[in-house]
Amino acid sequence: MFFLLDPFFYEIVISGLLAGVMYALVALGFVLIFKASGIFNFAQGVLALFAALTLVGFQTGQIPFAHLLSVFGFHVSHWGSGFPTIIALLFSLLVMIGLAWLIVQIVLKPLVNQEGIILFMATIGLAYVLEGVGDLMWGANVKELNVGLPEGPSEFILDTTDMFIDKLEISAAVVAIILVTVLTLFSAYTKMGRALRAVADDHQAALSVGISLETIWWIVWSVSGIVALVAGVMWGAKSGVQFSLSLIALKALPVLMLGGFTSIPGAIIGGLIIGLGEKLFEFYIGPMIGGATENWFAYMLALIFLLFRPQGLFGEKIIERV
Amino acid sequence: MLDSTDQKENLLQVSNIEVVYNHVILVLRGVSLNVLKGGITAILGGNGAGKSTTLKAISNLLHSERGQVTKGSIRYRDQSILNQNPSEMVRRGVIQVMEGRHCFEHLTVEENLMTGAYTRTDGKSEVANDLEMVYSYFPRLKDRRKSQAGYTSGGEQQMCAIGRALMSKPETVLLDEPSMGLAPQLVEEIFEIVKDLNEKEGVSFLLAEQNTNVALRFAHYGYILESGRVVMDGTAKDLRENPDVKEFYLGVSDKGRKSFRDGRSYRRRKRWLS
Repeated sequence: MFFLLDPFFYEIVISGLLAGVMYALVALGFVLIFKASGIFNFAQGVLALFAALTLVGFQTGQIPFAHLLSVFGFHVSHWGSGFPTIIALLFSLLVMIGLAWLIVQIVLKPLVNQEGIILFMATIGLAYVLEGVGDLMWGANVKELNVGLPEGPSEFILDTTDMFIDKLEISAAVVAIILVTVLTLFSAYTKMGRALRAVADDHQAALSVGISLETIWWIVWSVSGIVALVAGVMWGAKSGVQFSLSLIALKALPVLMLGGFTSIPGAIIGGLIIGLGEKLFEFYIGPMIGGATENWFAYMLALIFLLFRPQGLFGEKIIERV
Repeated sequence: MLDSTDQKENLLQVSNIEVVYNHVILVLRGVSLNVLKGGITAILGGNGAGKSTTLKAISNLLHSERGQVTKGSIRYRDQSILNQNPSEMVRRGVIQVMEGRHCFEHLTVEENLMTGAYTRTDGKSEVANDLEMVYSYFPRLKDRRKSQAGYTSGGEQQMCAIGRALMSKPETVLLDEPSMGLAPQLVEEIFEIVKDLNEKEGVSFLLAEQNTNVALRFAHYGYILESGRVVMDGTAKDLRENPDVKEFYLGVSDKGRKSFRDGRSYRRRKRWLS
């Protein structure tokens, strides 16, 4: 057990786990929508991007559609110095809820009772539309996002244990824990949460007891829009708000296969396992096989899981009565 | 209650409805029926006769299956209920128990029952009272309240589905094929409970059944549907004694057993109401 003595080992474990939290945040949005409507929402990553763009836009006082307006001869770009962070966050939240309503009305409602694959394709379309609209509204340049979260290495941890841990990642973990706790309590103990799970199980039956699918979908897409906002803020603060942000959705895929598409705790644990596995593998095995393992390790792990436990670690078992 | 229901209030009135699925498939071609308050009304008929479609037209679940009422009218308490939301119907006191149970598999039995109270606004204690009421009619559900509905037996799931509907405090329950896939003894048990609910709680039932024998024993009035039309109706007693019904639906005839060759021509009585 030589590596247990290695101070590096613990640093890798912790930073792996914290990176995993970031993956989990994205995966969470997927799980919520998949559970409630059986839709694999391809647009989740773009939703995060759109949320982050909107937040930056409000923060810096950008005027939406400035480029479009300049075509018509209005040359404006900013209306002032922008809102304080907390107000901007609040407004972005409202935008995400409004966006959810639009998605339900325009995309989901006409497609009620269609095959899952058709809805999936609709979300692919949605992803491109949103990306385009985001570009048109706020411009395609890379933006810096600063929401006042602490950044840089934590001196306290550096002093006491000699480990290099980013404060931003710690705050991400705290935020994720709060988010998951709230969501779990909501879905287990409230009337709406129960209705949500009912819809997830059987649309038709939910309709028959008087649950309005539109309302439920709106709530679900709003919640996952809010989760996307949180994910967008975290990733944006880490690496700037740019259009490649929408690709984090691809990182969430192996997390979901591992944790199960229908489990909120699964998304978290899956994220942690992938983050941890990725870092450890890169550090210990990477040098032997030429490095750059982080690009494919997660997918390989997911593939192995698909072979032996297709519903994931915590996915709902497919109930079969005999 | 009684077979003579002349003075009873008319709750639901379906007149001459036509239903089309996917804009092309004509399923109902002029179905008319009445449901009296406090009665058990049965819609009988074979596969594909249009029983479920009739119920779904009333509960407005048709829409989500791409079906549409293209002609005729449906009135509940003298108000048109065409093109309402299913949730509005539940609020008005009409709830459907769908064919094949449709319990929420991953929810516990109790959670299933509680979803039935989704539209209610009359407070937690009222809902809790009704939960106890449902448990008193279905003691089996109380034993299994904490288990996932997906793992309960077919009979328990049917009870769970009926109990869930009762949790909405309905005036009328549309019961689709309650006997489906159940052992005869269980069918009997469930129909006894339906009768009890009807008599003690005053819930009106409109049930669609293939099992003519059981349905006519418990119902007060019956309609027989054949390829989207009502071909016969009458009190359950009359229908039970009608020679055609006996021969074609109950499988007995006054002349004893005979071959198909000797079967008499079926006197259809097609009704056209406007």
